[in-house]
Amino acid sequence: MAAIAVFLISEAIPALRANQANFFTELTWNPNSEKSFGIAALAFGTVLSSALALLIATPIAVGVALFISHYAPRRLAAPLGYLVDLLAAVPSVVYGLWGVTFLVPLLRTPSQWLNETFGWFPLFGGEGIIGGKTMIAGAVVLAIMILPIIAAIAREVFLQAPRMNEEAALALGATRWEMIRMAVLPFGRPGIVSAAMLGLGRAMGETIAVALIFPATFDITIQILTPHANSIAANIANGFGEANDIGRGALIASGLVLFVITLLVNMAARMVINRRKEHARAGA
Amino acid sequence: MTTIQHISTSRRIKDRVVQGLVYLAFLLAVVPLVSVLWLVISNGLGRFDLEFLTHSMNGIGARDAGGGAYHAIIGTLEQVLLAGVISVPIGLLTAIYLVEYGNKGRLSRAISFFVDVMTGIPSVVAGLFVFAFWILFLGLDFSGWAGALALSILMMPTVVRSAEEMLRLVPNDLREASYALGVAKWRTIVKVVLPTAFTGIITGVMLAVARVAGETAPLLMTVFFTNSINTDPFSGPQMGLPLFVFDQAARPNDTAVDRAWTGALTLILIVMLLNLVARLIARWRSPARGR
Repeated sequence: MAAIAVFLISEAIPALRANQANFFTELTWNPNSEKSFGIAALAFGTVLSSALALLIATPIAVGVALFISHYAPRRLAAPLGYLVDLLAAVPSVVYGLWGVTFLVPLLRTPSQWLNETFGWFPLFGGEGIIGGKTMIAGAVVLAIMILPIIAAIAREVFLQAPRMNEEAALALGATRWEMIRMAVLPFGRPGIVSAAMLGLGRAMGETIAVALIFPATFDITIQILTPHANSIAANIANGFGEANDIGRGALIASGLVLFVITLLVNMAARMVINRRKEHARAGA
Repeated sequence: MTTIQHISTSRRIKDRVVQGLVYLAFLLAVVPLVSVLWLVISNGLGRFDLEFLTHSMNGIGARDAGGGAYHAIIGTLEQVLLAGVISVPIGLLTAIYLVEYGNKGRLSRAISFFVDVMTGIPSVVAGLFVFAFWILFLGLDFSGWAGALALSILMMPTVVRSAEEMLRLVPNDLREASYALGVAKWRTIVKVVLPTAFTGIITGVMLAVARVAGETAPLLMTVFFTNSINTDPFSGPQMGLPLFVFDQAARPNDTAVDRAWTGALTLILIVMLLNLVARLIARWRSPARGR
């Protein structure tokens, strides 16, 4: 871990020295020709796309976890859980290919409708081209990719919910939903939070799928239906081939930023999970 | 139900609505899986022929049909194998330390925390690290070996986690019986604990391999591109199957996109096969069921 940080820093320094612009506020990325680059637009795109992905994936993942832990017939629960796990086994480059050829055209019409009907809402606003390789298309693909991770952890937590409390709730005449709301969800809430954070970390680091989908623009906009999107990881994958020495150093510097962000998110998530484990053990 | 008071309609409706939502969520999760698999199979089968499996892209022009992924398949198999050779012994030893020697001390808790955090390292960062260390710092060439190094960084935490879990499932009675017979600790581990957990560990390793085989980003920075066959992972650029898909998908011609789909199909077949074999081994002899 330390070695990763050390080598990334040491290789990033020459490029950062040569940088003509402020690394943290500059939007554009021209390290090869003009020696000026900044992380601002990329970091913004990374955070926005992962946050959107999380917003889409978490409710569905919680639903899936509940389905497998409490709704599905006992006999079917394990195979169905395996089916969801299969989602995680599909390589990310395949999701990228699927996103570009299938999802992007599919989302065009709904995007245009959303833009016309709810254009006053900043997220859905924007003039000119609507649809295509947009932020929302990338976010949907990211959501599909992090869904199995969140669902798997949430499922574990839901299965650990004390049986006694569930049965007590049912015995008092609660419906299944009331039982889940009273006995399962309060117990599982920290687990859901940390699962979502792990998913967030994964979404931020995801590279190839978004590299294929995002149109690699360098601006900050929250109009997720217009073709303006990029992320740190996608930029590394797209820019690496044609980068010269300074360019590579610049990409390494951006990788360092990504590393630090994901590290913080993951450590926070792990801390929540570990604390919860100790709790559970103390309570048992 | 006649003697007990009925559940009020509003509560019943709410219950039904939530049930519907939960079912819907599950359907929503399965739809993309089916769609991805369907598209990959229907688009990939067209070029899934002997030529694709036995020819490289050497000398295939930008718009030509034909060509194949032989060089990429070889590259992927070699890189993944090398990654396994690096990460399995290290991961296994770490897991043995954590379970048998660590005693939940400060060091073992720190190790297990960092293993958890390492699981979250983005694959691009692993690739960049190997690039910075191996190619920029040591001044060595792009090679399959460098790619294997990057993959092993991603693989190691998965191997440690799964091996640790399997070792923990080995009943303590077995260890104590062995100690009672006067067997030394290392012999107990080698002769009793490891064989008992063996199938479980294999499963974990296979799953880790399957995960790593689909990684593209780290290869991009360490293996680089080539269109010709290079069977030597220690010298010169190689190709990888995910990289092949990425490369072909980014080209504008239909022939290239067709190749990308077929590459994706091959990749999914390899990954699913590994997954399936792993699950079968797990089901065939799992120590958890305690026979």
